[in-house]
Amino acid sequence: MALGGPLYRMSFSHRRDYYAGALMVLVGGGAAIIGSRYQMGSLTRMGPGYFPTVLGVILAFIGLVIAGSAAYVAPAAAEAPSLRPDWRGWLCIAAAALLFIGLARYAGLVAATFVCVFVAALGDRENSWKESALLAAGVTVFGVLLFAFVLHVQIPIFGGM
Amino acid sequence: MDTGFGDLIHGFGVALQWQNLVYCLIGVLAGNLVGVLPGMGVLSAISILLPLTYGMPPVGAVLMLAGLAYGAQYGGAICSILLNLPCHPPHAVTCLDGFPLTKQGKGGTALGITMMGAVFGAAFGIIQMIFTAPYIARIAFSFGSAEICSLMLLGLLAGSTLAKGSPLKGVAMTILGLLLGLVGQDANTGVERFTFGIIDLDDGVELVALSLGLFGIAEFLRGVNNTAPIDTAYAKLGVSDMRPSRADMKRAAFPILRGTLIGSLCSMIPGTGPTIASFVAYAAEKKISKTPERFGHGAIEGVAAPESSTHSSVQGDFIPTMSLGIPGDAVMALLLGALIIHGVQPGPRLIIEHADIFWGLIASFWIGNLMLIFLNVPMIGIWVKMLMVPYRFLFPSALFFICIGVFAAKNTLFDVGTTLFFGLFGYLLLLLRFEPAPILLGFVLGPRFEENFRRALVIAHGDLNTFVERPISAVFLALCLLLVGTQVWVRLRGPKTRIPTTLLETE
Repeated sequence: MALGGPLYRMSFSHRRDYYAGALMVLVGGGAAIIGSRYQMGSLTRMGPGYFPTVLGVILAFIGLVIAGSAAYVAPAAAEAPSLRPDWRGWLCIAAAALLFIGLARYAGLVAATFVCVFVAALGDRENSWKESALLAAGVTVFGVLLFAFVLHVQIPIFGGM
Repeated sequence: MDTGFGDLIHGFGVALQWQNLVYCLIGVLAGNLVGVLPGMGVLSAISILLPLTYGMPPVGAVLMLAGLAYGAQYGGAICSILLNLPCHPPHAVTCLDGFPLTKQGKGGTALGITMMGAVFGAAFGIIQMIFTAPYIARIAFSFGSAEICSLMLLGLLAGSTLAKGSPLKGVAMTILGLLLGLVGQDANTGVERFTFGIIDLDDGVELVALSLGLFGIAEFLRGVNNTAPIDTAYAKLGVSDMRPSRADMKRAAFPILRGTLIGSLCSMIPGTGPTIASFVAYAAEKKISKTPERFGHGAIEGVAAPESSTHSSVQGDFIPTMSLGIPGDAVMALLLGALIIHGVQPGPRLIIEHADIFWGLIASFWIGNLMLIFLNVPMIGIWVKMLMVPYRFLFPSALFFICIGVFAAKNTLFDVGTTLFFGLFGYLLLLLRFEPAPILLGFVLGPRFEENFRRALVIAHGDLNTFVERPISAVFLALCLLLVGTQVWVRLRGPKTRIPTTLLETE
């Protein structure tokens, strides 16, 4: 099996370790480059840059090994559950968290809680609008009682911070 | 008496204070609930509750969070046996024989035996901790920076290579965690590292945000529209079903004993947590059985052995965490992080300097396990109803708890954003078949690792040989080499005796 063979003909599960290794090279390399801008110092008197640079280099090296050994993964071991992109679920979950941030800042706990749960619930294809709204209402009542009145979380119930 | 029963009695005095009893009860109750609910993890549950403990005294906080860790083991067994759902890795193997038993209408028996195994395993683990932890700590008193450094390296390597998934990728995750732990102001020089000019990152990455991103949001991104429908047809059960027959008890007695011993051995090896313990116990039981063909079709031994080993190993895992300050897995790393947040410096001095925490914790183990029996046996019907909560209602609610929990940690919405970032990044890691658990290990140990590494080299005037010249440190490094060497050797020889990975990967 030749290293660097025709990648485009491989399935994602075969290319997975190339990507995995590349990601680690990227992160490790980045950390090493940023780390080397801090003062390095010597072994006796280590500066703040020493440890991150060393870690970054090791991580990048491991990334290379991961990518390098990807070619040797037996097909049986590389088999994986089918990978269906689920944009609806992903977008709804990300949007729910972002909306929580925005609404907690400007509209208060009730709005933030309701919208967060409602939007996240819509991410599941089996949830109807009505079910999602009911769930969101339930969590809002419980959540406001618990977090605003019992635990005194620092978000106003209505209105901005 | 070497181990001091006086200390233990003092511990009971602490644990029996009424507010600590309440904290312990909340912990085990929440743990049991999380264990039962499919799709919720111990790590996210501890992380959500962690910010709420900031206002509490450290003793109460630790009792409560620890209660979550072992309480979840009780709930996880219910989930495996009645629903065939391996929602908690340590209980995945229990499905193999637990669910067939349920199908035969003997689910109650399986749960009853599980309870007995749990109590026995946990009791053994706690006693082991009473006797070994102070002893280990006393040995570790003499450790200098070089020894601590080598020991941490061993802990990190074991934690990343012995857990599930590729060892190489595990090491990569540990280093990633170490790097994440460096974010913020350098303790020695005050230089800001990897903050990218963001003021909110001056104090470093928030532990709760990292953990809830990696184990909360990332799991939701994986689970949404991707969970198999739950088969609850067999999940009907009353209290009276839970009394096992004499024959079943007789058959389960020795498997419980053997499982417990395997669990306690596994807890002594850093990095091998309850998951490995339960798989080893199951495999061993099947191997020595005179009728191995019954396994997989409802053999009670196949429930008794792994369950008791899980419980003894979960309790035993507290030993290195409390006596050395080196966590064996991500759950323990989180508990250690909680201690640090509460201003308790982990390490061998903890047992002496914070005797109330250490002995109070041990006493609360007894109390908590007792509570769990009372929670599970008479109230089994309620837990079975909990199993019916569908994932599509669960994850949106949990997402809200995550958002508000992270906010409460430092009263900043910036951390909610951080959580989302780590959620997306964590999902990317999951897609690339990285196991994110070692990140937490590296993250929690990172700052102490760097500090000790620097100090060791200051003392040795920059001579790296100090790590090999000091005998205890050399032993730890030799163990590291042995560990890596075996891994490489096993890998080159090809996977022959592998744990069925399909089971391990369905979390």
